[in-house]
Amino acid sequence: MSEASIHPAKELWPNEGLTRVPYGLYDDEAVYLRERRRLFMGPTWNILGLECEVPNPGDYKTTFLGDIPVVLVRGKDGVLKGFENRCAHRGTLLCLERFGNAKVFTCVYHAWSYDHDGNLVGVAFQNGVKGGGGMPDDFRREDHGLRRLKIAVLSGLVFGSFHGEVPPLEDYLGAEIVQRIRRVLPRPLKVLGYYTQTLRNNWKLYAENVRDPYHASILHLFFTTFRINRLSQRGGIIVDDSGGHHVSYSKLDSKPGESGGESDYKAAKLRADDDSIGLKEPGLLAGRDEFGDGITLQILSVFPNLVLQQVRNSLVVRQIVPKGVDRTDVVWTNYGFEDDDDALTELRLMQSNFIGPAGYISMEDGAVGAFVQRALPGAGGATSVLKMGGDGAASQESRATETSIRGFWKAYRKIMDI
Amino acid sequence: MAPDSGDGALIGEVTGLLADYAACIDGDELERWPDFFIEDAHYRITTEFNHARGLPIGIIDARNRDMLEDRVTALRRANIYEPQRYRHIISVVRLTGSEDGQVQAEASFMVVRTMIDGSQDLFVSGRYLDSIDFSGQRPRFARKLIVLDSYKIDTLLAIPL
Repeated sequence: MSEASIHPAKELWPNEGLTRVPYGLYDDEAVYLRERRRLFMGPTWNILGLECEVPNPGDYKTTFLGDIPVVLVRGKDGVLKGFENRCAHRGTLLCLERFGNAKVFTCVYHAWSYDHDGNLVGVAFQNGVKGGGGMPDDFRREDHGLRRLKIAVLSGLVFGSFHGEVPPLEDYLGAEIVQRIRRVLPRPLKVLGYYTQTLRNNWKLYAENVRDPYHASILHLFFTTFRINRLSQRGGIIVDDSGGHHVSYSKLDSKPGESGGESDYKAAKLRADDDSIGLKEPGLLAGRDEFGDGITLQILSVFPNLVLQQVRNSLVVRQIVPKGVDRTDVVWTNYGFEDDDDALTELRLMQSNFIGPAGYISMEDGAVGAFVQRALPGAGGATSVLKMGGDGAASQESRATETSIRGFWKAYRKIMDI
Repeated sequence: MAPDSGDGALIGEVTGLLADYAACIDGDELERWPDFFIEDAHYRITTEFNHARGLPIGIIDARNRDMLEDRVTALRRANIYEPQRYRHIISVVRLTGSEDGQVQAEASFMVVRTMIDGSQDLFVSGRYLDSIDFSGQRPRFARKLIVLDSYKIDTLLAIPL
């Protein structure tokens, strides 16, 4: 399908700014192809992984930018590099393993090989065999390198971009988002483990879900059901100027300077009530104010494909990978810090029960996008309604708002020219 | 463990335990599920990828029977997911050792998930790495480490494996 058919969708977008979103955007092949070209391959920074995943020269990982397979590698010079995972000869995947170490990358099909910068350094039988065949004399290896990525690193997070005009990463993010990213990545990282959740819905339904604080206490009933008292929590929503990035956070209502230490959680009665439906094992609710600011929850998104999550001491980098109009992979990378003590690691492992595909307060997010996807066939030219908390996309103190979802669409409409 | 006449009986007991365990989950009798574990049992679901690299995170990580009971309560009263059923297919059992009066056993499994709309998929396959306590009236799991072959989970994992 050509991108020309984008225009009907564009015309369908009502003149109500950001409060009405056409359902046609979630199941349209032309929109999907336009997203690949304009958005993922456009002037955006896409999360690729963690610096600590490729610590040594030659270490590589394969991942995706949008749905495009790419390789992230640490060069001999120690510098991170990235390129498309596709041989320049006949288009074969160059790397198959998730992680590895390589001096050169050699294609299995015809043994074309590439260095860490993606330069073509070897062509099997370039000069033919016994004087016959081979490449013509005007064949120049330097014309056949791999398509390279720009790479930028912030606090151990590695981002990539195919676009030559992408702004510097910190300008792209804005000062507030940078500060909130640094907040949960203050020290050298270590990976605690991975899993991938396959969602049967368009990637944008997940991007909206993570920017939607309105649903949290309605769809996720764990805390309410177990009557876990969260007292009067403060918090808010930060949306950057572009709209595409956001932070949703809540903190215990204690005065600055009083926080620090596991007793804070107890002092704030962050525990199950002692009645028939309390948790039998309240150890799940133990926590440590490890960043010293009393913030117990911070969900941060970076347009288009990163979610950075702090649920108490459970810290996760989530990468959104589109897999077609109605399929999305979410790669969950659970992390801690190199200098974590054993007790803190235990807290992170214990609290991982809250999150992920089996998480007490997140499993519903795996299904709810598919509930929307399955209801799309009759949606025709209809639109969703995003009027909670007004019609703008500015930061708000209330979490009964859809401001950060409107922010996503603000950034989306601009880059998609739709 | 050397193969002797005792092993056959032990394999029979472990096989029976696993059969009851699967019937409990597949029959949606989750309230009985924690009874298959001793009080301080460790139940963890992980992936072969994490397991092989010693990465400690679990998809579910329950440190005692109370946490298993909490999970059942949450599934029944708090968590929202489409009605779905599992069908466990469990391989023959392999005894891999014994320690502190507990028997280590390993079995492969597959779980077919059937959704309310009738769709069926192979949901997961993997290994049960079990330590089984024989000191009580009936054998119970002291540890159940579930190692999934794939690192991908389709949609969500609500009902235990």
